Amino acid sequence: MTTSTNPAPATTPVLDANGVIMRFGGLTAVNNVSLQVNAGEIVGLIGPNGAGKTTFFNCLTGLYVPTEGTVSYKDKVLPPRSHLVTQAGIARTFQNIRLFANMTVLENVLVGRHTRTKEGLWSALLRGPGFKKAERESHEAAMELLEFTGLAHKRDHLARNLPYGEQRKLEIARALASQPGLLLLDEPTAGMNPQETQAAQELVFAIRDQGIAVLVIEHDMRFIFNLCDRVAVLVRGEKLVEGTPDVVQADERVVAAYLGTPFEGAPGDEEVAEVRAAEAKAADGATSTTSKPRTEEEGDTE
Amino acid sequence: MTTQTTTETQAPATPKAPKALSYATLGGAVLSFASTFLAWTWTAEFPGNLTVDGYPGGLQLLTLTGALLTAVLVLGGLGIPGLRWATPGGKYASVRLMALATFATTWFTVIAIAVELGGLVNLEPGAWLAAVATALTVALSFALPREAEPTGTSGWATFAAFFKAPAPAAAKELPSWAEILLIAVAFGIGLLAFTYGIGTEGAEDFLGFLLLIGFGVAALNKSGLSRRLTGLTVKHKNVTVTAAFVSAFAFPFTQTSDAYTSVGTNILIFATVALGLNIVVGLAGLLDLGYVAFLGVGAYTAALVSGSPNSPFDVHVPFWAAVLLGALASLIFGVIIGAPTLRLHGDYLAIVTLGFGEIFRIGMQNLDGTSGPDITNGPNGIPNIPDLEMFGFNFGESHTVLGVELGRFSNYYLLMLLVTIVVVLVFRRSDQSRIGRAWVAIREDETAARAMGINAFRLKLLAFALGATLAGLAGTVQAHVTYTVTPAQYKFVESMPPNSAFLLAAVILGGMGTVSGPLIGAALLYLIPAKLQFMADYQLLLFGIALVLLMRFRPEGLVADRRKQLEFKETGQLDTPKGDIGLSKAGV
Repeated sequence: MTTSTNPAPATTPVLDANGVIMRFGGLTAVNNVSLQVNAGEIVGLIGPNGAGKTTFFNCLTGLYVPTEGTVSYKDKVLPPRSHLVTQAGIARTFQNIRLFANMTVLENVLVGRHTRTKEGLWSALLRGPGFKKAERESHEAAMELLEFTGLAHKRDHLARNLPYGEQRKLEIARALASQPGLLLLDEPTAGMNPQETQAAQELVFAIRDQGIAVLVIEHDMRFIFNLCDRVAVLVRGEKLVEGTPDVVQADERVVAAYLGTPFEGAPGDEEVAEVRAAEAKAADGATSTTSKPRTEEEGDTE
Repeated sequence: MTTQTTTETQAPATPKAPKALSYATLGGAVLSFASTFLAWTWTAEFPGNLTVDGYPGGLQLLTLTGALLTAVLVLGGLGIPGLRWATPGGKYASVRLMALATFATTWFTVIAIAVELGGLVNLEPGAWLAAVATALTVALSFALPREAEPTGTSGWATFAAFFKAPAPAAAKELPSWAEILLIAVAFGIGLLAFTYGIGTEGAEDFLGFLLLIGFGVAALNKSGLSRRLTGLTVKHKNVTVTAAFVSAFAFPFTQTSDAYTSVGTNILIFATVALGLNIVVGLAGLLDLGYVAFLGVGAYTAALVSGSPNSPFDVHVPFWAAVLLGALASLIFGVIIGAPTLRLHGDYLAIVTLGFGEIFRIGMQNLDGTSGPDITNGPNGIPNIPDLEMFGFNFGESHTVLGVELGRFSNYYLLMLLVTIVVVLVFRRSDQSRIGRAWVAIREDETAARAMGINAFRLKLLAFALGATLAGLAGTVQAHVTYTVTPAQYKFVESMPPNSAFLLAAVILGGMGTVSGPLIGAALLYLIPAKLQFMADYQLLLFGIALVLLMRFRPEGLVADRRKQLEFKETGQLDTPKGDIGLSKAGV
């Protein structure tokens, strides 16, 4: 799977966000961010907490009306209305899973197909052959997506009763049901264990292989750098760097944004040793044993 | 008692009761049964004739039914061949509840006799026997083993464990004709119960009936029979719907006078409007507190073009045209109200719709020639609405069909049933479609629904307008049934339904998002105030208490919808497993 990470010579941008600014009163949450996503590309969007990643997502998908700037999908400027954005071909998932909790898994996916079907009230009331055909096709398409995400055996379960990882998958299946050209994933692996994260990565590659461009927000750096063709870093509402994972990983400003810059009078080695010695003296006894396993664990989890 | 249960419940599966205990309970039930053949009191002053030795009458019939069912459940629990079907689920919890049902009805009767006739002297030995026998049955039934371990040590948990029952095992496959026959029988019994309830004479009879039905239905739930029946109805959906309408259609033919068909007609009107409201509230999740206004719009429209001498318009259009006009007027009114208000959410929407409902009523009151143009005669309304006449069939006269005389209300009942069928059809078909799914999605999470490409505003307006149209449809019939249309019929709340508060209550009591829920809820909410006239002063208070209790103990309503049923079918796991999240946090 990973072998196919070609840099995508296709230069046709699917998504073109141009100078997006979002202000809430005096606070500028997103400041003049431009971003392009090309067809068949996986682009990552990272940044510390509160950097404005989700706000930017909301601007892209029409949940927020950007104060300035435009968002266009395949050279067409999108109106800031969420259902029109989805209709145009951009689907999304949410950071805090927003499934239709009391609907079944299958129904959730069927709702995702809303924009790709046209049967209105009259057709539903009269139940003509057209209605039945459309329903059958919708069911088939939905089941196909459930097979794709590995949820087919749970089609009749309520969404609320799915385990966490499967809820995430279902959200992706639901988004895919609208047959998007671009999929926006907002922290798809939040709260997942390493195996689940690995599975999510495979899933994103599989989606990309279907010709769907993906823009993903994530805090899991290993996941992002394995996955993405290009990564953009958002800090305090502004785009700091954009480039291949290697470039971004090596950039000092990114490290600084996450960890803070070392200040001038950084403690020297001897001072550190001094503090350690003092601590050891003070904590001579039972307390030191309690702190030990913690450091080990931290070392494990990086 | 308790020591026995603890030794018995070593095996967690299903503790078996000692045979002797079961037979003793059976004896209690038989004794209760027998007591109904004796006289309970000496005078016929007490409603229903309870003075006869030899056969049961009045409230005794309820005790008889209860005792009989208790016996059947006990025998089912004993595994008597031929009766094992009675308790596929809880063997003993169901017996307890059924015994309680009999006990409650009997003691209610006995106490009512003593209170109404002024003293215990008015009780004949039969009544004493009945009281003792039913109490004995209850006591014995509580000695039967519990089918679940108490969840805690508190008194309540210990008590609640008496009523917990295991779910029934999967039903044996029957030939489909037998299953269909079972559905038919169930609806026949349902019709019988309904006819009995509607035909009860005094408040005593009706209260006794309610007690028996309330506990009895709980008992059947515990025994697993209702679960089995639900399984059958789900399997044979069309048969069920047909059976339901056939029994509804049969109702006027079971009545000898028009008195109770008028109640039936009013229940149907109320239920149909409630079902229309269920689209708005149950499916789309829009809390509409002014819904009765749409019924009013339909009724007023029909009244104005009905040829009533008191209508300012001197027109008399045929009924089908009046129906279309009424529905259209309601639709327009719905869109006019919906378009600005549906931008609001939740409580705000409720308040605004409440306001519009009142605006309609007061508006109709003021179109009287002094405050505004003379259209509606103000508070006097439009009286003298003529009876319908279609194809030479006058709805105001009695007709003899199949040897049964059908009076005026029977005619309207059957007409209203047609409207109900239309509304049920609209509800079911719109629910099970792309539109219905979009409504439910909006109800669940509007933001997510919009992100899935649903034009939330347009679909909410569609739900609102559709609901309004259906209410208007019912209103056109209502105008003719009641002869008179006045603004006072369309208040937010008053003691008799239909009004907005009762409509909403019928939907919530019955079960949101279901077809049968609002129908059952409406029937109960109509019958209870109508039968218990002596409590008229406290009606709203009791209504409030009932709603609070319902929300505490059965928030999903009497009939849980398909999705809620699913919720119970699964292992009661409410949220995502917590272990998973904790584990994955460490991995990040």
